[in-house]
Amino acid sequence: MKEAKDTRVVVGMSGGVDSSVAALLLKQQGYDVVGIFMKNWDDTDENGVCTATEDYDDVIRVCNQLDIPYYAVNFEKQYWDKVFTYFLDEYKVGRTPNPDVMCNKEIKFKAFLDHALALGADYLATGHYAQVREVNGSYEMLRGIDDNKDQTYFLNQLSQDVLAKVMFPLGHMEKKQVRQIAEENDLATAKKKDSTGICFIGERNFKDFLSEYLPAQPGTMQTLEGDVKGKHDGLMYYTLGQRQGLGIGGPGEPWFVVGKNVKDNVLYVGQGYHHEALYSDGLIATDANWTSGEAPADGFECTAKFRYRQGDSKVTVTPLGDGKWKVDFHDPERAVTPGQAVVFYEGEVCLGGATIDEILKENKTLSYVG
Amino acid sequence: MKPIYLDHAATTPVHDEVIKAMVPVYQTIYGNPSSVHQFGRKARNVLDQARRTAARSIGAKEKEIVFTSGGTEADNLAIIGTALANQGKGKHVITTQVEHHAALHAVQYLEQNGFEITYLPVYEDGCIRIEDLEASLREDTILVSIMMVNNETGAVQPMKAISELLASHQAYCHSDIVQAYGLMDINVAELSIDLLAVSSHKINGPKGVGFLYIREGTPMQSLAHGGEQERKRRAGTENVPGIVGFQKAMELTETDRTERKERYGHYKQLFLAELSRESVDFQINGIESQTIETIVNISFPNMNVEALLTNFDLSGIAASSGSACTAGSVEPSHVLTAMYGNGDARTVNSVRFSFGIANNREDVKEAAQRISQIINRLK
Repeated sequence: MKEAKDTRVVVGMSGGVDSSVAALLLKQQGYDVVGIFMKNWDDTDENGVCTATEDYDDVIRVCNQLDIPYYAVNFEKQYWDKVFTYFLDEYKVGRTPNPDVMCNKEIKFKAFLDHALALGADYLATGHYAQVREVNGSYEMLRGIDDNKDQTYFLNQLSQDVLAKVMFPLGHMEKKQVRQIAEENDLATAKKKDSTGICFIGERNFKDFLSEYLPAQPGTMQTLEGDVKGKHDGLMYYTLGQRQGLGIGGPGEPWFVVGKNVKDNVLYVGQGYHHEALYSDGLIATDANWTSGEAPADGFECTAKFRYRQGDSKVTVTPLGDGKWKVDFHDPERAVTPGQAVVFYEGEVCLGGATIDEILKENKTLSYVG
Repeated sequence: MKPIYLDHAATTPVHDEVIKAMVPVYQTIYGNPSSVHQFGRKARNVLDQARRTAARSIGAKEKEIVFTSGGTEADNLAIIGTALANQGKGKHVITTQVEHHAALHAVQYLEQNGFEITYLPVYEDGCIRIEDLEASLREDTILVSIMMVNNETGAVQPMKAISELLASHQAYCHSDIVQAYGLMDINVAELSIDLLAVSSHKINGPKGVGFLYIREGTPMQSLAHGGEQERKRRAGTENVPGIVGFQKAMELTETDRTERKERYGHYKQLFLAELSRESVDFQINGIESQTIETIVNISFPNMNVEALLTNFDLSGIAASSGSACTAGSVEPSHVLTAMYGNGDARTVNSVRFSFGIANNREDVKEAAQRISQIINRLK
């Protein structure tokens, strides 16, 4: 093992407080730290203002405070080809994609990792809340200890090769400690607001953004029984279990999106948060990645998350061959959504994840969820 | 690792003698050159001497020199000031696709304000063709702005032929000579040029100073409004210490010009020879024999300019892509795009190296070796 001072660590710096503190901690540990800002999206507005420029300014200020060199790298093309195209394609077929998972898989821990290695880096570090543990020469990814911030859901596609090269300096910390360290060290980003939402959409209205890229096709909104309840603005604007924006009045419980029929451009709605159509007991997943390099066993029990910041649920995972996996829920789950990730855990270890492809109820595919 | 500076086209170290010349101005000559008392007169005196040096350096008259805040302001004043003052004669301006942004964005500003612009193409040598210029000239052309030496590639434009062609046309001729000044002999008595922009910090002078040569009789509208300094062509109290430093830098370019040209030319050859010796895969952008001694722009096939520049810097080598950045990331060079076409690999795998007083033979050789190691590691 090289000494820290001879170990070059490239830190992916976003201009936010998390990656700033990640760089600070590595610097304090004596590593040869290099800060790099990734520009994945051109959001220059009509006034020539670009949030990337402001974020990079923050990277510069923090790196100067830490006395580390800083650079930028442009992955706009790769991001467009690998992440944004996928994002639009999924919406086109009525699914709800997870661009953050794809960005981590294709950009941050692939193109960017390659870039870091080409700069002579021994490791790539990011401000993610996750942990890597070496066990007998192989690597495990563990949840960040801050339950509320754990980001392994988004990192489920990382492989052994990647885990061998990454550092997550914040994984053993609580977010409030990170803020505190930033403030104690007077980092320029100490008081900066956390970014919210999907990175390329930022603070903008999601509907407006999407309509710039995909034609909205308004259609009928009806119950699964066929009662027309109104018009929808375009299926891509709705996701399973959503309550907002339906505009259905009248008596009784509130209305929720319970499904989509892409072929006929129909949005299905149902009354009540616990509408039975929203519940399922299994799913079929594709594009599985196992962080250890292979599935834990030929059919196994573990816990799973179907969306970020959700509690774990008990499941049984069975390989179906052809890259497909069946996941049976021990208890029914509400609003499991095609296109999102299902991520598997054994205790604190993130076993990996896959893309939710079909939703099952009593072993039958739910045809109305898109 | 010892830092090696190969980015003199971006800016240069300030010469010791320049600093020596400036210090007493800060200490004792603090008057305002426009003031009517002895403090003002003293400042006015050193300002006039600097103006004489600037004028003599290009064969101009003193009253034809306007001190500015640098090359960018000089280009802006030349282009926008001339266009505005002469728009009664026409609203057509000709420039090239490879100008420095100081000129390019100034003509684009004119374009947004009702002027018509012709952007001359360049060829693989980075130069325009006289025939293209001739074909673009119109009755209502009022200004032609063509840089003498390109800041990214070092390509030298045929300024003599350009100026001769324009001698019989109403259009005023402006040239950004920021990269040429101090190395090339430029005399306005021999060149039929009306406007020349020069920057101090490219010739080992202080930053924040430059001058614009304006041929006598060239109508010019001031862009900075205020006092009556610089014959009402550039309001604002003159940067006297900076101008005195600039004067010293101008004088220094005259003393050993031939020797310096040779030296920098040798650096370039040594650098290229070392890369070849280390079997580095590279090609020169433009035609080397048609470039200025101080600049070479090199394409490294199958490489990426961001990875190259970052690697170079991490090993102590300061170079540049010579092009614009947004949020710190490098955009394809507009100059190389004009030379090789949109999307050509050379627009995203090229690096500019530029030599100057911060260098010596050993450093240049050492730099080439470090660069060779990097390229050979990455391939």
